[in-house]
Amino acid sequence: MIQGILGKKLGMTQIFASDGRRVPVTVIEAGPCVVLQKKTVDTDGYDAVQLGFDNKAAHRVSKPAMGHMKAAGKGAFSALREFSASNLDDYAVGDEVTCEQVFNIGDVVDVTGTSKGKGFQGVIKRWNFSGGRMSHGSKFHRQPGAIGCSAWPSRVFKGKKMAGQMGNERVTTQNLAIVDVRPEENLILIKGAVPGSRHSVVMIRHGVKVPQA
Amino acid sequence: MNIVDRIGQEHMRKNIPPFKAGDTVRVHVKIKEGEKERIQIFQGVCIKRVNRGIGSTFTVRKVSSGVGVERVFSLHSPAVDQVELMTVGRVRRAKLYYLRKLSGKAARIREKRAI
Repeated sequence: MIQGILGKKLGMTQIFASDGRRVPVTVIEAGPCVVLQKKTVDTDGYDAVQLGFDNKAAHRVSKPAMGHMKAAGKGAFSALREFSASNLDDYAVGDEVTCEQVFNIGDVVDVTGTSKGKGFQGVIKRWNFSGGRMSHGSKFHRQPGAIGCSAWPSRVFKGKKMAGQMGNERVTTQNLAIVDVRPEENLILIKGAVPGSRHSVVMIRHGVKVPQA
Repeated sequence: MNIVDRIGQEHMRKNIPPFKAGDTVRVHVKIKEGEKERIQIFQGVCIKRVNRGIGSTFTVRKVSSGVGVERVFSLHSPAVDQVELMTVGRVRRAKLYYLRKLSGKAARIREKRAI
């Protein structure tokens, strides 16, 4: 079984369970992905399958990249990722991998994407600092406060939480359940929110910390 | 229509009477007690409707033994067995929050006369 698949986040909605509970779901167009390369222990030192997703026009791809994708013969792709696979022999270059081959309803998955960019943000939004009061003579509103001590260590420790770029980074959300798989439309419905904006590429993989029932 | 809206639409119900804020409705709610399922009726004035596709809700207000009770229902939830439209009220706004401050005779809503 291949470890995961690539997809495109389409948006969120809700559906109702049979007992009337509301279930928030993210709709993801997962696959079909094309096997572009197989990596083996002999040649590369590890086993993996490289998948391509999201077709794009051939003239928008550089010649070296096109040469790499030519072997599959399925055109050019904008998103390429490697996934480990337990049964490497079942996959050949040019094969299509669809969502129902990888996931079933009820599976627990991890979803990786690029989070929405928030720009340069202060410590209150970025690190949930509490800040000071806005009124009653306070002059300490949204500042970070003291960032270290004086004589020792005479420097600011690495990793100190400060203002800076927030979002637009790789984020993984773990342990999301698959609510529905629709192979005819290449759609999967995942319970809960996943990182990223609509139409962004996400990587869906079998969960690494699945709680034991 | 986009795919996300279509998935929501699959779970929507079709047989909803055209009720509005101000109308008196009877909501048949499915209640699960252990294994058994029974239907409870909640009757009151609809004071609010929120139209958000599959996320649509409506709020019903009634005065139960002197205490105002409001319940928010999911319009398309399977837990709502049926919505019955009892009377159509004549009101001049879409959200009847003003009813919360009124009691007794003042909280009545005039019925709309059929033309």
